[in-house]
Amino acid sequence: MPVTRSQDLPLRSDEDVVRARQLTRQWAIELGFSLVDQTKIVTAASELARNTVLHGGGGQMTLEHLDEGPRRGLRLVFVDQGPGIADIEQAMRDGFSTGSGLGLGLSGSRRLMSEFSISSRPGQGTRISTVRWR
Amino acid sequence: MERIPVLRMGSFLLVTIQVDMHDRLALALQDDLMGQIRAAGTTGVLLDISALDVVDSFIGRTIGNIAAMARILGAETVVTGMRPAVAITLVELGLSLEGVRTALDVARGMEMLGRPAPPRSGRARHS
Amino acid sequence: MASPQPSRLAEVVGRSEQPILQEWLRLQSESLSRRRDLVSDTDLGEQCRGFLAAFRKAAAQSIDARSGAWDEARGILADISTARAGQGFTPSETASFVFSLKQPLFLRLRQELAGDAAALADAAWEATAILDGLGLYTTEVYQKGREAVIARQQEELLELSTPVVQLWKNVVALPLIGTLDSARTQVVMESLLQQIVNSGAAVAIIDITGVPTVDTLVAQHLLKTVAAARLMGAECIISGIRPQIAQTIVHLGVNLGDVITKASLADALAVALERTGLTVVPIDPAR
Repeated sequence: MPVTRSQDLPLRSDEDVVRARQLTRQWAIELGFSLVDQTKIVTAASELARNTVLHGGGGQMTLEHLDEGPRRGLRLVFVDQGPGIADIEQAMRDGFSTGSGLGLGLSGSRRLMSEFSISSRPGQGTRISTVRWR
Repeated sequence: MERIPVLRMGSFLLVTIQVDMHDRLALALQDDLMGQIRAAGTTGVLLDISALDVVDSFIGRTIGNIAAMARILGAETVVTGMRPAVAITLVELGLSLEGVRTALDVARGMEMLGRPAPPRSGRARHS
Repeated sequence: MASPQPSRLAEVVGRSEQPILQEWLRLQSESLSRRRDLVSDTDLGEQCRGFLAAFRKAAAQSIDARSGAWDEARGILADISTARAGQGFTPSETASFVFSLKQPLFLRLRQELAGDAAALADAAWEATAILDGLGLYTTEVYQKGREAVIARQQEELLELSTPVVQLWKNVVALPLIGTLDSARTQVVMESLLQQIVNSGAAVAIIDITGVPTVDTLVAQHLLKTVAAARLMGAECIISGIRPQIAQTIVHLGVNLGDVITKASLADALAVALERTGLTVVPIDPAR
């Protein structure tokens, strides 16, 4: 999948989550997404960035511009070296909260994006990759 | 850390959120509001979010918490000025903001605070 | 079919570009389908010259018309195709422009490769493959151009088809018109919500009399619109539900929750007025 542009953003603090929103908004605008689509992407980015900071012990987000001929998209990748998720299925179920509050973040983000994939193992961190096509 | 200003208007409190809040700031707002409600016998809170172009699940939950806590302290909350793109996204996200009254703008919000809430048969499920 | 040294085709075109060009122009001017009303001889000459030059350069690098070596030639054809679409040429006429190069090219190949039947056959095949591919490319470009025009017209139509009618202070009617496919419904939904903000109406009546069919997706979008409006602080009533649509909704198992629905706009208006704290009374109680 041709990546024509890419940028990394460290995610370690509350303020980084805000930065993640703002950077994602900028990229979404540049890619020509409609206002509603921009809002959906930025909201998903906010959820996933927060998860990375709060549950992943910090990590990073990578934004990528995808150019597949007729269709273009924005891919967001979130990586952390945190404790990992023991039961992904359960974490994805709505409103699920271990008290560490993954809550709506994962399942909600998946609903807002076109593609969503997550790989995580206890002790091996988490990697989430999600794309919104134009 | 800066705080979100809370304006006192008679027995109402008006909060206009104009910055992209980080989580700590949102929690600080929650604390400030509760403190002020108790301190001054407030009966209504207007939370204007017309400047917010994103409301994610954390902010959504915070808004819900503010409304619930305010009610316990004897004050009704009305959230005003939600943008269409934000509303559509919240519906898609599955966040219902149950128990939070909303109005198109601050003026209408104030009118609402003057009237008791009409009985509802229950929220529509978002399918 | 790629050969390590330049193909015979490339050699011939390289050597005899001018004679081929002259022959090509002569054949076109004598052709019955020459559209002098749309393109002048000068412009046509320029188009042929430009394309043939690009052909020569590309052929010298590769005989695979899909390779990057042929980008310039494709670029020139894209420009010609777009310009001709604007001038009123049919896509076939534009493709024929490309195919018409075959005749002068084959004539030249026959002359120069007369003694070598195998080489002649190979070169003729290469030329055919390249020109067929490029001819088809011009029709693709034409298609894309038409699609862009249609898309733009659809957007304009969409703006026209979400009117808002102020029925009373705080009450607006939003009649939906036309078929709602999934893509259009989303745009209409955003437009509806924006109308609610613009009009400042706390009650919006979404009238679907003008919508012929409602399937599950459309019903879900409508319900999402109502939910979003509620989040914003406005109440929605759906009116104009015909018996067939009511039947469809029940059969599809769509759950309307507590969304108010009415068969007629009049009934919806009565509810809307009530919601804004108003009631209608006769002027003269005795009547």
